[in-house]
Amino acid sequence: MSGDPIYTEMIIEYSRNPSNYGKLENPHITRHDSNPLCGDSIDLYLNIDDNKISDVKFDGKGCAICMACSSVLTELIKGKDLDDVKKFEKDELLSELGLEHLIKTSPVRIKCALLSLKALKYGIYSYFAEKMNDIESAGNLKDEAANLY
Amino acid sequence: MSAAAAESTSEIFENLRHDFPVLERIVRDGKKLVYLDNAATTQKPNQVIDAISDYYKNHNSNIHRAVHALAEESTEAFEITRDKIAKFLNIKNRKEIVFVKGTTEAINLVAYAWGRDNIKKGDIVITTEYEHHSNIVPWQMLTKETGAELKYIDINDNGELMLEQLDEYLATGKVKLVAISHVSNVLGTITDIQEVIEKCKNAGSKILVDGAQAVPHMKVDIDNLGCDFYAFSAHKMLGPTGVGVLWARKELLENMKPFQGGGDMIREVHKYETTWNDLPYKFEAGTPNVADVISFSAAIDYLETIGMDNIRKHEVELTQYALEKMKNVKGLTIYGPKDSQKASGVISFNFNDVHPHDVATIIDKNGVAIRSGHHCAQVLMEKLNVAATNRASFYIYTTKQEVDVLIDSLQHVAEVFKL
Repeated sequence: MSGDPIYTEMIIEYSRNPSNYGKLENPHITRHDSNPLCGDSIDLYLNIDDNKISDVKFDGKGCAICMACSSVLTELIKGKDLDDVKKFEKDELLSELGLEHLIKTSPVRIKCALLSLKALKYGIYSYFAEKMNDIESAGNLKDEAANLY
Repeated sequence: MSAAAAESTSEIFENLRHDFPVLERIVRDGKKLVYLDNAATTQKPNQVIDAISDYYKNHNSNIHRAVHALAEESTEAFEITRDKIAKFLNIKNRKEIVFVKGTTEAINLVAYAWGRDNIKKGDIVITTEYEHHSNIVPWQMLTKETGAELKYIDINDNGELMLEQLDEYLATGKVKLVAISHVSNVLGTITDIQEVIEKCKNAGSKILVDGAQAVPHMKVDIDNLGCDFYAFSAHKMLGPTGVGVLWARKELLENMKPFQGGGDMIREVHKYETTWNDLPYKFEAGTPNVADVISFSAAIDYLETIGMDNIRKHEVELTQYALEKMKNVKGLTIYGPKDSQKASGVISFNFNDVHPHDVATIIDKNGVAIRSGHHCAQVLMEKLNVAATNRASFYIYTTKQEVDVLIDSLQHVAEVFKL
């Protein structure tokens, strides 16, 4: 099974030892999401200070793809400006793990890969709407989350 | 049929694979399809596929109304399926057989047309921890709406129902309905349905049996069972999708209001009043799934030719073989009964701590089709304390070699995950 297009060393490694796995105490944002058809279920916790993601963690149950993508997502957004995070696109996440092909080859497994990103977009959507009163960004984020897959 | 009778049972099972064109499929880079997702839906033999195309090529017409030749042929063929079902399941009155689109619709029909008039605040409806969502959600909706209470019979560590809990519930005198699977779609556990029905009858509760995983795999005698409602689906027994059956006792159907209003279910319609058609048509509003009901006949013929007792025997043998082999696979956890006599050909398992979706994706590369996920049974997943399981489910065309491929494929999972 060498050269497996999904189960690369990196994915297996992340699924064994996910990054930023756990809870934040009293996080500014908590977002739960799940894929009803496959049973992946995660919670994403975010702290925001000075318009930056000052801390992020996630926990839950999911397959190797879900765990790896959630790990990488949290790594990529930690410390980043909210304005950059709101523009974050799925290709960025997928290419980090070499999973771009899933968009075409597996409409089922792409949901595992993008669950955490969906949680992130929904999570910061409410922050933009309520805390920053940035209705335009909030609206975009909500649309993107709803149409992610 | 005489040709079949001349063959030995094992020859029948070896030869019948040729009737299923899809079993010849090559999938995923040249791998032969190993189809082990039969609890979700079974494959269809040529006899069923041909019956569908024959209907559209030669007979297509709406039924029950027009008098032209095609309409008469279609109506007759449609009603023949009802007769075949009656004979197949020992149902004495063909008018008690209502065609619906599947088990889910059958249960919803009962929840609406019977439940809304017969369940009230303070009543209890019982279901079990190993039900499919289709035998949980309609009852949640009904009990929430009426103020009745929904209670569960739990399962023990062997994946069997703790029926003493049913006694306790029934002793309250408040139980109006027990809705229960004949066979669990995840664990394969065969419910001691006769005992459950006895208990319900003695306590004056109605009993609905979800037979979706039973009718395809074993001899079911509805007259002998003595339940009140029985539901099953054609597509899990070689038939087409979109056809199911609700059987209910005549007295119940007669006293139930229609589920849907429209054509075919009426006797007379006036501006403000309508009278209902006779049974079963009162519950068959609109143009039914004519082609698929007609071709369902071919599926029943096919199963009867093999014989339900032979089918059960074949599946017990396969399950026993699989369980024996799986016992020796390191890191494999099997859920439900480990006794092939107590289960139908369904094995739910987890492999080490690898998520079932990863297992299923990796073995799919070997052409092996299993189901992974919660199998529309999240209540059971919660009980088992797992997010999901893998499920291999067998049918008449499954071979021991295919079970071997499944088990060998798990070795690939171990390699990928470095176990």
